[in-house]
Order: sequence, then structure tokens, then C-alpha cells
Amino acid sequence: MDNKTVTIKINGVEYTVDGGSTILEACRKAGIEIPTLCYMEDVCDEGSCGICVVEVLKARTLQRACITQVFEGMDIKTNTPKVRLARKTIVELILANHPKDCLNCSASEICELRKISYDLGVTETPFEQTKELDLPLDLTSPAIVRDLNKCILCRRCVKVCEVVQSVNVIDIAGRGINSRVSCFMDKGIGESYCTNCGQCIKVCPVGALTEKSDIGRVWDYLSDPTKHVVVQTAPAVRVAIGEEFGMPVGSLVTGQMAAGLRRLGFNGVFDTDFSADLTIMEEGTEFLGRLTKVLGGEEASLPVITSCSPGWIKFIEHYYPKCLPNVSSCKSPQQMFGAVSKTYYAEKMGLDPRNIICISIMPCTAKKYECLRPELDDAFDHWKDKLMLKDEDHFQDVDAVLTTRELGRMMKEGGIDFVNLPDESFDSPLGESTGAAVIFGATGGVMEAALRTVYEVVTEKPLPKIELEAVRGMQGIKKADVPLVKPDGTEIVAKVAIASGLGNARVLLEEVNNGTSPYHFIEIMACPGGCLNGGGQPICDDPNVCEKRASAIYQQDEALTIRKSHDNPEIKKIYEDYFEKPNSHKAHELLHTHYIERDIYEQEKE
Amino acid sequence: MKFYRTHVLVAQDTKSILAGSKRIEETLIEEIKLAGLENEIRVIPTGSLGYSENNQVAIAIYPDNIIYAPVLTSSVKEIVEEHFLKGRIIKALAHPMKHKEISMEERTSENQLNIDVQKRIILKNVGQINPESIHEYIAADGYMALEKALSEMTPESVIEEMKTSELRGRGGAGFPTGLKWQFTRPNPGPTKYVICNADEGEPGTFKDREIMEGDPHKMVEGMILAAYAVGGTDGYIYIRGEYNLSINRLQKAIDACYEYGLLGKNILGTDFSFDLCIHTGAGAYICGEETALINSIEGKRGEPRKKPPYPPSQGLWQKPTLVNNVETFANVPAIINHGGEWYKTLGVEGSYGTKLFSLMGDLNWKGTIEIPFGTTIGKIVDTIGHGVRYDRVLKGIILGGSSGSLIVPGELNTPIDFQSLSRIEAGPGSGSILVMDETRCIVDICLNIAEFFRHESCGKCTPCREGNAQICHLLEMISYGYGLPEDLEKLERIANTMMETSFCPLGQTAPSVLLQALKKFRGEFLAHIDENICPAGVCEINFVEEECSCG
Repeated sequence: MDNKTVTIKINGVEYTVDGGSTILEACRKAGIEIPTLCYMEDVCDEGSCGICVVEVLKARTLQRACITQVFEGMDIKTNTPKVRLARKTIVELILANHPKDCLNCSASEICELRKISYDLGVTETPFEQTKELDLPLDLTSPAIVRDLNKCILCRRCVKVCEVVQSVNVIDIAGRGINSRVSCFMDKGIGESYCTNCGQCIKVCPVGALTEKSDIGRVWDYLSDPTKHVVVQTAPAVRVAIGEEFGMPVGSLVTGQMAAGLRRLGFNGVFDTDFSADLTIMEEGTEFLGRLTKVLGGEEASLPVITSCSPGWIKFIEHYYPKCLPNVSSCKSPQQMFGAVSKTYYAEKMGLDPRNIICISIMPCTAKKYECLRPELDDAFDHWKDKLMLKDEDHFQDVDAVLTTRELGRMMKEGGIDFVNLPDESFDSPLGESTGAAVIFGATGGVMEAALRTVYEVVTEKPLPKIELEAVRGMQGIKKADVPLVKPDGTEIVAKVAIASGLGNARVLLEEVNNGTSPYHFIEIMACPGGCLNGGGQPICDDPNVCEKRASAIYQQDEALTIRKSHDNPEIKKIYEDYFEKPNSHKAHELLHTHYIERDIYEQEKE
Repeated sequence: MKFYRTHVLVAQDTKSILAGSKRIEETLIEEIKLAGLENEIRVIPTGSLGYSENNQVAIAIYPDNIIYAPVLTSSVKEIVEEHFLKGRIIKALAHPMKHKEISMEERTSENQLNIDVQKRIILKNVGQINPESIHEYIAADGYMALEKALSEMTPESVIEEMKTSELRGRGGAGFPTGLKWQFTRPNPGPTKYVICNADEGEPGTFKDREIMEGDPHKMVEGMILAAYAVGGTDGYIYIRGEYNLSINRLQKAIDACYEYGLLGKNILGTDFSFDLCIHTGAGAYICGEETALINSIEGKRGEPRKKPPYPPSQGLWQKPTLVNNVETFANVPAIINHGGEWYKTLGVEGSYGTKLFSLMGDLNWKGTIEIPFGTTIGKIVDTIGHGVRYDRVLKGIILGGSSGSLIVPGELNTPIDFQSLSRIEAGPGSGSILVMDETRCIVDICLNIAEFFRHESCGKCTPCREGNAQICHLLEMISYGYGLPEDLEKLERIANTMMETSFCPLGQTAPSVLLQALKKFRGEFLAHIDENICPAGVCEINFVEEECSCG
């Protein structure tokens, strides 16, 4: 890359720009909008859509702004009749084979194609349809619905799956007009090794990729008077749901969200943060147990890897099944909440667990898959003998998962004026949480929360500074050494690493797989940036969306008086009343799980 | 060494083999044996003799300088008895076109059929030697250029010689070959690739096949020379899978080279080493585009890559890579042997040397030809092609393949060279000349081409993927009689957008014939649309009309 600056002309005005930049980057810096349907910084530079073309003096043809590098003296024109006509024609060609059901398309509000056609003045569709739009909906996945008829073959999803997530579950099959995004052997995406992370949904410029909606089912539960419907909300939801109602990116709306959920008719409005604190107690104890064992010369799997992110879990099951013993046996906070709500909570409230419906609001599409995993339905097993339940009485720990986007739609459908709602708080007993739990939503958060507790357990001293800056920030891989001095003066240096995005996870995993990993504790989140950029979050074109949402999360952490999981009074109480102590027998029964070795092409391996 | 009084060369290119030339060869050997002449007459398979039209098999007899065509198994006995035993030429079988015996002088003085027009440098050995024998190639001065380069020249001076020759790439774009080599050479190794683009996929183009079937060693020698010049360590011949005979003959040539120390480690005892292997394509037209070809070798989907980086800096497996066409490589040995200045005595200013063309369509004679640059299109049609067949009127010529250009009779005086052709918005392209007579419908021709591109677009970029499908649809409508007056503007708009915004040359050139047709034959399009008639009577529109009038 040539990093010298060059002088170029854009629309007659001279600019000095970085010599390694593309025309598109140079134009955007100069405040000139270049429309594109396929380009995404650092993700997709395939140059497939062809809409970003500009005129370059002396070039034989129009040049793609997204992939053409600037050179000294380049004379660019972005707004000539030729450019406008070419862009318009390309959009019209796309529209010829795009279903025109914008009125009932779930992406209608965020559709980039719709916006670009409006911006480019496309007022008619002069070209006729040239291919059959009869590909069936792909409903095989519990998380992702693919409508390939709407696909405009921009390839962003392919690239995000390949470059960012390194999952490579989709690619282009077929040639020319028959080309389509396809899974292995044209199977459904649910029959593939897709991790359900949903990053493809977030980059889709049209409505070809959406989450599988559970809104209808949740409405049904809410209108059933026999059901006691409780809801849990993940930490990352409260910093993003406001965007669905036009609030600025990074608005913290915890109180309004709780109020809105109550108005939708939920019988108990709780917080996944509660079970996040529970996760820290369990995972921290598990980590310390394994670490002490290894330091004492015994066998135990290190590093311990976090297990909160179901996309990540499916990824390791498919790609690195050998490393599964390293994964913490703790369930994710969502599933811990589900189990607790149908056992501890049911007992406390005197409710029949069969009548409790547990809904979770997640920034995540993979959670939709997670709640269906049969090995996680421990509440049913817990009650089976006590209530003499039959197999047909079977219930899941978590009954349905809604993404942040779905909750936004549900509230709109329910006529809730979100922006003007008063602040309300969560219900008790599963609503109390700490700052440690809320930062789960950002990459590095689980690590920071765990270390806040681990530090105090090991050193028996309060943390001098609660904020662990070393594990914060949006870098894909972060590393830190945390010295822990025991009361007897011996020092342990906990080596930790954090990865967000499966491509980065793969880097750390390779080391674990080779036995060369230097770390004791690794946090992995499937989505780049962590849950706040999850596949179920509002789709937003702000390039700093992750930073803004993260700062809202840390803002909430700071605002809370209790910021360490082990100080949460409700957590203390649940251990006193129910689980005795972390990693107890009962805790193992309800809060821990096991994993399944999977192949890449077959679903499950014996 | 055995001495034979007569050599019988049996054409064994793909077409001749399909016409039964293997049977002819076997029967000849049998009959010669029966006649007891097996120690006097030798039968040799060779490349195309240029008489394989209409399923004919041709044989050439030396030193009698006779070409017999068509030869049937039933006529073999007669040839053996009359010609070989009694020494009497069978006049009825001698070349049917001119009905005269072609002298050895005419054939060997670099002319085959058409003394004035053709000049055979690249095809010198085709139809003269056994392509499967390295001995015959060496006897015809083969590998002399390689020996010269390795013993007397530095890689830099080889590149200099290529630059002096001003050879331009024969793949279609016409990029100066010496320059390309020069760009490749300084890029750091140690691994550098030399790829021969033998994915000849343009409809109606078969000139590279002629080289690979008739004289595979020439191309291999060109590749080794290129590798020496640019510092290449490994080579691939990316060849379309359908070219079975070419693949076999190239493989035999490569095997022989390894055996003779012309490939592998320390070639001809020098420090220079080069390995070469064949990679067969699976039939995608796009893989003729060099970056798509590279993707295909890497096992990826055949799709063009963005440029830069260009292959000379980052090509196959991100290593410096030189990609040239078969014909380009086949030019190299002669240039090294005789020098770049000699090469410039052929052709015209700016377009030196000779050029192969696949001549076909509504002509009296069709086949692969080699002409020096500067020959006019009209001369090729009249002299080599012997004019339009059935004495019909010439309608137009598609030059350079489906993505080439449309030439009308008024432009026949244009010489074939890069500059003159560019003046009529044309170029030699893939090297094919398709002649169409008055019975062809321009809408039908354009539709045929559009269907091809609709199928062969890789689908990567919107303009090419959607544009080709849309053009195809609009032309279908016009050819069925459902065209609308505004369709022509639509076609032009799509075609122009494709040329301006397609990702790679496939989409950029796909509509070029259509655009020229819309300009040069607009009336014929309008006849389909406004009057519902296909003037040439080809399109189904006429039948629709009849049905209507009956009903």
C-alpha cells in the first residue's frame, strides 16, 4: 500500500488524500455521497453491484469507486449524466428481478435498495422480470429465514460469513442469472454448520435475510390467561432498543424498556443481568477450581473458555470439537434464567412450572437456536419425578426468544409510545443486578465481571479500581495479565484473552487446539464487538455504533451502586435459599450443561 | 535409419478424427502391408491439412506433393494400388477445391492453400510433422530457440528481443507481450508461475486448437522461453476440458520434454529449472479471463478478481504470474530464432507478425488460417474463403468472436491490424471470422449471442448478470414479434451500461455486436417491430403472422 498523499480532483475541486485510499473513501472524506449496495468497509469489497461507478478522466470505462485506488492527478467526476444514467439503469435492472412487495416486507423500513432507488430517481421499472422468482423460503433454521427471491446478490452476507466470522457456510452457486447464495449442496441453512450468529442479517441490504419471527407465539402466550409469562432482557438490549423508535444511537433506556414490557402484558419483567451475575459466580468458581488444580499439579483443562454466546458454542462444536473440554460447563445467562424461573421462582411464587412461560429478549439470533437445545431443558427434568410429568408435558426452560428488533416491532404493534414511557424498574426477585452483569453486553465484559469477583475471592481484598481498562475496547483480540496476590503473599498472574467475532475466536482457538495457548481464561463472543453488535440488534448505518452502545453500557455500570456480582443481594439470597454454594450439586443440575461434538457436514456425531 | 520412398500424412486433428481418419490410417497401413510396401511407404499422423470440412478426411503424399480429399475407407485400396504401386495419380480424388495437384514448393514455401495470402510461421509445422513426435519437431528446428536462449542470451535479452518484435498478446486485448514479461520479471520469487491460457471458449474460435493438435511442442517451447525470461518456476496449461486431443498431445509433448531434459531440473544442463503441467477447465467461458482462470486453478469459483493487483505482481496463489495465450507463446520460438527485427518485417506498422483466424460461416472454404497483419477482410473472404457460398450476397461479418464486432460489406477494405480495425470500432478479438450471408437474420444472430452470454455470465456483477438476461429477453420478444418501438432504446441503454460498468471484459464486450447491429441494421430490427416481418425469414414471427391470418 502506498501511503504517500496524492492530490486528486473530485468534481473539479482539489483534495489531498491518502495514496492508498479508494475513490469511495476519498469521496466520503470529502463529503461526497457515493451510493453502493455491496460495499462494506473491511467486509465486502467485491465490487459486485456496480452502482458506485464514477467517471475518471482518460479511463476507458466508468470506474468502481469502491475498489479503484486513487492516483496522483486523478480527475474524478461523480455526478455526470453518464454516471447518473448508468447507476439508474443498474438499479432498474435489479428491480426487474426483485419482488415488489415492499408494503409487507419486513425490511421495508431499512431497505437500502428502496432508498437507493428513491435517491436515484427511479420512478418506474422499465424492464421486465427475466427469471422465475419461485425459490422456496428457507425455513430450516430456527434463527434465520432466507428469501432468496429478494436477494440482489450483493455478497455482503457471503463476505461477512467468510471474512469476519470465518464460518463460510454460504457462497454463490450457479452461474449468471441463475446464481444464488447457497449452502453446501443447496441444503437449507438450518441443515448446515451455520452458527446462527445473524451477522448476515445485519448486512443484508434488502429483506432476503431476516430472523425467524416468534412475535405471533409470544402474543398468543400473553393472551392466554392460564399462563404466567415472564420476560428477561439481555444487557445489550437496553442500549439499542431506543434506536427502533428513532432515538439516538447509544440511548440507555432500561427503565422505559421495563415499562414497555409491562404494558405489553408480561406478568414478570425480569433481567437477564440477574442470571449474568449468577453466571459469574458459577463460571468464576469453575475457573478458580481448574486454575488451582493446575497450579497444584493436577489435571484440568485450561484455558477456561466462556460459554455465554450460543453462536460461538455451535462454532466450536463444529470446528474445534477437540477443545470442548476447555469450554466452561456453565449455561449461558439466558438458559440459567430459564432454569431458575421454572424452578426457584416457581417454588417461591407457588406456580406450576408448566404454566410459566419464559420469554427472553436478546440481541442475538443464535439464542433462538439455543433455547431449542434439548440438553438445556433441565427444569423439566427437575420436576419430572416430583410432579409425575409425562413426556408430553415436556417444556423448555426458555419458551421463546425475541430479538431486539422483534421487541421493537411488537411494541409498535402494541401501540406503545416508547419514547414517552416513564422509567420503571424490574420486578423482584429476578430483577436485581449489578454493574458486572450489565457489561456482559460489550466485548470483554464477561471477563471484566469475572475478574472483579475472582480478584476479591483470591486476594480477599476489595478491588482498588473497578474498571479494568485493559479488557475494554473494540479490538478483535485483547490480552491482559492480571496479578492476583493471595493473603499469604503468593502471586498468581492470570493470563486472559478476549476475542469477539468468530474469525478472531478462530485465532485463539488454533492455539488452544495446538496446545500452545498461553492463557488461563478466554472470553469469546460470536459477534464482533460482543452482544451489543449482535445479530438481533437494530440495523444501523452509524459506523461508530459499537462504541456508542458500549459507552452506554459502561455508563449504566458506573451508575449502579453494586458493581460486583458476588455483592448482589438477590444472588446471595438464591445461594442461601436454593443452591447452597456455587458449583454445588444442585447448581450443576440446573445451571451447567454439556456440549456435543459435531461434524461440519453432518449435524451430530456419535 | 530406415529409408522410405513415400510418406503418407494423415490429418488427425479433432475434425478429421471425427470424420474417421483413424480408420483411414489403419486401413492404409493394412493395405500397404497387403501390397507388400510396408518398408517403402510410411504412414504418419499429422495435424490439420485444412481439408476437414464436411466430414472429409485428407491425406498428403510426399514427395509426390499430392493431397487427396475426401478419402474414404473404400478409396484407400484404390490409392494404394493406383498411386503407390503403379505411380498413377487419382485425379478425381485430388484436392477438390482447385482440382489441381499442389506442388511441394507451394506447400513448403510457407503457403498452403492460398499462395498469395497466407503466411505460415506459427502453423509452419502443422500438417507437416507428426505432432506426437518430439524428434520430428526437433528436426523442424524445434527447441533451437530454447537452446539459443539458454546458451547465448540472458533473460533480460530475451525480454528485449520480445520488446523489439513488438508482439502483441493474441488473447484479444493485444497487450504488448514484451512489456508484460518485463513487468513480471522484477517481482520477487522464488516461486513464479507461467500460465498458458488455452481455454479457447469463444464460440466459433478454434485457432489455438490447431496449434495444440498440430504442433504442441511449439507452444511448450514458447512457455519454457517465457519462464526463462521472467524467472518462472512452475507452469500451468489451463485448457478447456473438451479439447481431448489437444490435452493428449500436450501431455505427450510434456512427457517427452521431461525425458529429454527440456523440462524439469537444470534444463539443457543449465541452472534453469521449470516444471509444467496441464490443468483442465470445466467449461466455463469466464475462465478465459485471466484472473478467473487463476481462481479456477486455485480451486475457487471461476470469477474475475479485482485489479490491481495484476497477475504479474500477485496472481496464482498470490505469486507473480505471467498469463499468455497459446498463440502468443507459439510466436516466441520464431522470434528468438530469427530476432525481433525479422519479426517486424511481417505485418504492418504497430501490428507485426502473423495472426491466426478461425474462418467460418457461409463460405466455400472454412478452416484455420494464418495471415500477416495488414491483409484486408475482403481478401480473406474472397481469396481464402473462396467467396460466399451458393453465390449468395454477403450480409456481414462478425470479427473476433461473439464479443467482437460486426463488419458490414462497406468495410471489407479494412486491413486486419489493430489500428485500422479500431477505426471501425473493431479488433481481432479472439481470432474468428464469421461470415454471414443474406439468409441470416440480424435479430436472430444477436439473440443467439445474447443467449450465449446469458448462460456464460458468471453472475458476479449486476450489469452483466442482469443485463445479459434482459437483452436476451428483449431480443426474444422482438424475434417473436412482440417487440415494442421503445425496446431498441432500452437495448441500447442496457448495452451501454454494461460496457461502462461491467466488472470484467466479459460483460463489457458482451453487447458489442448488438450495439453495432442496432446501428448498422436498425431497419431490420424495426421491420420486426413495426411491420411484424423478419426480412430474412428466420424468426418465428412469420409463423405467428400466418396463424393469425388463418384464424
